[in-house]
Amino acid sequence: MPKPFTPKVVTANHLLQGDVIYQTAAGWTRRLQDAEVLTDEADADLRLIDAIQQRDVVVGAYLAEITLQDGLPTPTHFREDFRATGPSNYAHGKQVELH
Amino acid sequence: MYSYSEFDTDFLAARNAQFRTQVERRIAGSLTEDEFKPLRLMNGLYLQLHAYMLRVAIPYGTLNGAKMRKLAEIAERWDKGYGHFTTRQNIQFNWPALKDVPDMLDALAEVGMHAIQTSGNTIRNVTADHFSGAAADEIADPRPVAELLRQWSTDHPEFQFMPRKFKIAITGSPNDRAVTKAHDIGLRMLERDGARGFEVIVGGGLGRTPMIGKVINDFLPEADLLPYLEAIVSVWNQIGRRDNKYKARIKITVHEHGIDEIRRLVDARFVKTRAAFTGVDQQMLREIEGHFAPPSFKATSEARFKDAYHSDPVFRSWADTNLTAHKAPGYKIVSISLKKHGATPGDASSDQMRLMADLAEEFGHDQLRISHEQNVILPHVHISDLPALHARLKSAELATANIGLISDIIACPGMDYCALATARSIPIAQQIANRFDDIKREHDIGQLKIKISGCINACGHHHVGHIGILGLDRAGVESYQITLGGDHTETAAVGDRAGPGFSADDIIPAIERIVDAYLDLRTNEDEPFLDTYRRTGMAPFKAALYPESKAVAAE
Repeated sequence: MPKPFTPKVVTANHLLQGDVIYQTAAGWTRRLQDAEVLTDEADADLRLIDAIQQRDVVVGAYLAEITLQDGLPTPTHFREDFRATGPSNYAHGKQVELH
Repeated sequence: MYSYSEFDTDFLAARNAQFRTQVERRIAGSLTEDEFKPLRLMNGLYLQLHAYMLRVAIPYGTLNGAKMRKLAEIAERWDKGYGHFTTRQNIQFNWPALKDVPDMLDALAEVGMHAIQTSGNTIRNVTADHFSGAAADEIADPRPVAELLRQWSTDHPEFQFMPRKFKIAITGSPNDRAVTKAHDIGLRMLERDGARGFEVIVGGGLGRTPMIGKVINDFLPEADLLPYLEAIVSVWNQIGRRDNKYKARIKITVHEHGIDEIRRLVDARFVKTRAAFTGVDQQMLREIEGHFAPPSFKATSEARFKDAYHSDPVFRSWADTNLTAHKAPGYKIVSISLKKHGATPGDASSDQMRLMADLAEEFGHDQLRISHEQNVILPHVHISDLPALHARLKSAELATANIGLISDIIACPGMDYCALATARSIPIAQQIANRFDDIKREHDIGQLKIKISGCINACGHHHVGHIGILGLDRAGVESYQITLGGDHTETAAVGDRAGPGFSADDIIPAIERIVDAYLDLRTNEDEPFLDTYRRTGMAPFKAALYPESKAVAAE
């Protein structure tokens, strides 16, 4: 039996700033909690293709695993956690820029 | 220090103008990322976890005040007010925006610096002994040769698309501080019967397959250097594997073909390359040597040093730990620690960079070096100036007395910044340094080199650390593997794996158990960690690291 599809978001780096962005229904966001949560595999594949085609906006788009906590997308792997937050040695990146 | 000729300046201006249009075309959408990526990498621009990263070459780790000040300005103007000095004697800016990078490169060009070939499958920044030109144990200053190699390898048409990257390190001293045995080519300057030459070591490297380099030529006459290196690189360029990037480095080529076969191929190729060199390279070397004339050393009273040494215990501790013997009487080599306890190894703020630039100009004959151990060196300081220098360093939190001690840790950026990393390195380094600072034992522990990498690529040199730490991703959790007994010097050795890895919470106590075991095992305070390890082997350290398995075995 195929593995059940687990929720994902489309993420990439922004071409100009280089920072982490997430796909929304209408475009892109810098906040993971505002990302469009994809629960259907075929839909996720289409959304990823759409992201990859936006070559003048994003770099390196891929599907990242998430879980829903209190209805909000949350990383399941520490790498995605750091991408969504910023480095741990300085208060730089999203942990300060988004607040 | 080498200063650019008109040719160099024009070349760099043309190259920067070219990259500016490439960036413009990428932003405008006429270049795809696949087209742009190799172009940006050739100019040192990476896309990392949170941002772009610009890696700037510091050739053989040599800077002057003006260059250091320009790095400070760039960090402030286009980054977040700091830079990260790396194990390849480079500096990395972690937060530039794509559109600003051409301006950053132009700013670098103003002081004769660039980011060319700090990435890509080319010959990278040539690294050298960070005490070059100053060390008491030096046969000759390796920097003129390193500069010749920089000029030869920069934009070398044959070596722009090689199987993989290629790194050359050079030392002019028998005590190897340049890790020559862990480079694609390591050069050790020698003198034989009054003639100068090189021991040429090939096929060393760290990464996923660590190898200690092998001697391909035990005495290469100085004049043959470029044709011989060209022969080595071109042999590898031809037979090095391009089918598998993990088997592409010359260490694998040497391993698969054997050093004798590689030597035979290189010798055959050398006949041709030597014929193509007309001797102009040696004329250029003579000219370059003129740029590296030693400064005019002064002779003054040493009284101020002696007074401070006897009256100020903080100064004395720093002087005992951070100074190295100099070739000129009355002079010392000063190592400025970028490893304040709890700080990020290798990071310096713009203010700190400016202060170091000032100090180099005031007290250090306008010279600075970056060490592969991620510290900054003032190679020529008269000891009468040391008390004043120390006071100024203290004011900028740059006077930590820990060179060569347990808190003088090499750490790669790890998963806090690097897209390739599998775990974080920096917080582990910070916690180890803080822990041993809290218990005030590091001077008692003595010489102990901890080196941390956040992935198997080993930018943090973990294989050659006395204690090496490798961060891995084990089933979605950061896990840290320990190696013991590595050595980066002329007696280079790859460390032995101690056993199963430790979680982020358990790695600091594990390091403490190793250190406690060493303090119990050493014959006396003069036996450094590495000597104890070599005498006792792994067993007692393993028992200390994994007490539970000993308990199980005893049941």
